[in-house]
Amino acid sequence: MKILIPIKRVNDYNVKVRPNQGNTDVDLSNVKMAMNPFCEIAVEEAIRLKEAGKADEIVVVTIGDDKHQEQLRTALALGADRAILVKTDNSVQPLDVAKVLVKVYESESPDLVIMGKVGIDGDHNQTGQMFAALTGLPQATFASEINVDGSKVEVTREIDGGLETLSAEMPAVVTTDLRLNEPRYASLPNIMKAKRKPLEEMDIESLGVVVEQKVTTLKVESPPERQEGVKVETVDQLVDKLKNEAKVI
Amino acid sequence: MRTLVIAEHNGNSLSAATLSVVEAAKKLGRDIDLLVASNSCESVLEAAKSVEGVSKVLNFSHEKFKNEVAEDVAACVMSVSNDYDFFLASSSTSGKNNLPRAAAMLDIQQISEVTDIIDEKTFKKPIYAGSCIATVQSTQAKNAITIRTTSFDKANENGGSAAVEDMSVPETESRKSGFVKNELTVSDRPELTSADIVISGGRGMQNGENFALLEAVAGKLNAAVGASRAAVDSGFVPNDYQVGQTGKSVAPNLYIAVGISGAIQHLAGMKDSKTIVAINKDEEAPIFKVADYGLVGDLFEALPELESKL
Ligand SMILES: Cc1cc2nc3c(=O)[nH]c(=O)nc-3n(C[C@H](O)[C@H](O)[C@H](O)COP(=O)(O)OP(=O)(O)OC[C@H]3O[C@@H](n4cnc5c(N)ncnc54)[C@H](O)[C@@H]3O)c2cc1C
Ligand SMILES: Cc1cc2nc3c(=O)[nH]c(=O)nc-3n(C[C@H](O)[C@H](O)[C@H](O)COP(=O)(O)OP(=O)(O)OC[C@H]3O[C@@H](n4cnc5c(N)ncnc54)[C@H](O)[C@@H]3O)c2cc1C
Repeated sequence: MKILIPIKRVNDYNVKVRPNQGNTDVDLSNVKMAMNPFCEIAVEEAIRLKEAGKADEIVVVTIGDDKHQEQLRTALALGADRAILVKTDNSVQPLDVAKVLVKVYESESPDLVIMGKVGIDGDHNQTGQMFAALTGLPQATFASEINVDGSKVEVTREIDGGLETLSAEMPAVVTTDLRLNEPRYASLPNIMKAKRKPLEEMDIESLGVVVEQKVTTLKVESPPERQEGVKVETVDQLVDKLKNEAKVI
Repeated sequence: MRTLVIAEHNGNSLSAATLSVVEAAKKLGRDIDLLVASNSCESVLEAAKSVEGVSKVLNFSHEKFKNEVAEDVAACVMSVSNDYDFFLASSSTSGKNNLPRAAAMLDIQQISEVTDIIDEKTFKKPIYAGSCIATVQSTQAKNAITIRTTSFDKANENGGSAAVEDMSVPETESRKSGFVKNELTVSDRPELTSADIVISGGRGMQNGENFALLEAVAGKLNAAVGASRAAVDSGFVPNDYQVGQTGKSVAPNLYIAVGISGAIQHLAGMKDSKTIVAINKDEEAPIFKVADYGLVGDLFEALPELESKL
């Protein structure tokens, strides 16, 4: 079985991102970048499937500029076999990411596509579902458990009311949620080895996808700050404030 | 052109989230139709047509809708898409699952988690765990939007008298997935995203049994119980308790955070609450920066005392 993992380069989740001076975009100039945490979970799951003898090849793909090689190398160091960089200097919105992934899917013919449920930057939560729609593949989003059984994959999903289990014929698209696994760290020898693993590059134009900015950003602002409140000394004071000042109980 | 709202329900009642989406839809100034895909669910249809502001209820009834599969819902949307230039759902796990699938089939770049509708092409949405708010503009003729329900009021549940139109249910072209089972959390507490008061516990709770302390306070206040990611990851409570960037967004009148440090991802899901209380033994905890009332102390003493004084 072959697994395709689309990964995304985003800000390190510990960094608080701020608007730029002109409020035209976010300021990422000195921000530490990393692999999207949900994509790390996707890579980890693929490696576990390979370790369990259920998968034999893991291909990672990302769409972006040359700097995105870093995240591909990280994925290779973790255990992916091959990497593809679809090169573009423009920001690509989820629908176009999905269209590019369709091209990669067609040339790679994987049995399973595992991706993050959401990028922690744009907070869209769309790409997997869109990719599934465009390929006509079944989708199982927000996975907290994946069981591959022959030609089927059974996925437990985290939904608002609790958990739901779906079964899908492969090829299928699965997007990861937080509880799926705890990703490992790459070891130093594996980081060295990853440098020799194949990383193929192609231009987005060569895939015939026309990237459009169908949604443009007019302004990026900080949200209104909350005023820091007061400390109360006792539970009695707290109850009093809630009853008589805030009037919420 | 009209606005189509995908209704959410549990097979029994219409979700409060849908009322907020209808209210948001009113800002687009079009006739609003509700798409209800259900297993001939009379109570949901009845509720749908009573929502103030709804013109028409599109009744897609079929046994397969007993459990919702994105492929089926997207096919319903596609079957009526010509009449609409706006497609709305809430940013619940259901809306997030269904709407992007339909949007891609319509070649629409969706706009997610909208918190404000400025005009029919211009929207506000949080990005980067709520640390920035982007104003975005669509250049598209048709748009698909998920609504962050905590940012909008609820449309009146009564006062509407929409016509119910029976629709022919489209075949889902070669659907390759199927429902296996549900393990829904049973609780007699109010629902987290629509409760007036929410009390959440974090890693400081130490284990699942100790959540009984929170439950006791919640009982007195008729509050919903939530949690941080750390508490869910540690198995103290089920996944559907998680509040935050990648869990649920809540904005109750009162939010009480207990044994929660206040990581940006947690704040992203609750900092729009009207009044915030933090109980934490570390006076430097970042949660105090957003709290209206902070109590520095041991939660194992504070919670029983709080319960006894309510
Ligand atoms: C200030 C600002 C505002 C923006 N506003 C909007 C907006 O309103 N609408 C809009 O469409 N875009 C917007 N963008 C662009 C957006 O942030 C992303 O560049 C792009 O939309 C991808 O989104 P995502 O990763 O959040 O998608 P998601 O759907 O959240 O991503 C889920 C998964 O898709 C895969 N994936 C995503 N991107 C890639 C990639 N490049 N290569 C490989 N796999 C990938 C990964 O597996 C990822 O985990 C904005 C950007 C900025 C900076
Ligand atoms: C991709 C990603 C997504 C995430 N999404 C979310 C999300 O949606 N929601 C979310 O919550 N987190 C999310 N997180 C995790 C987040 O970064 C924090 O790790 C998490 O919120 C910490 O939970 P906590 O505050 O319960 O635990 P901790 O940070 O460990 O804090 C525990 C607190 O309890 C206090 N405490 C301990 N004992 C006592 C006592 N006896 N009495 C009083 N106080 C006590 C301590 O002082 C401390 O402040 C996400 C992280 C990532 C990387």
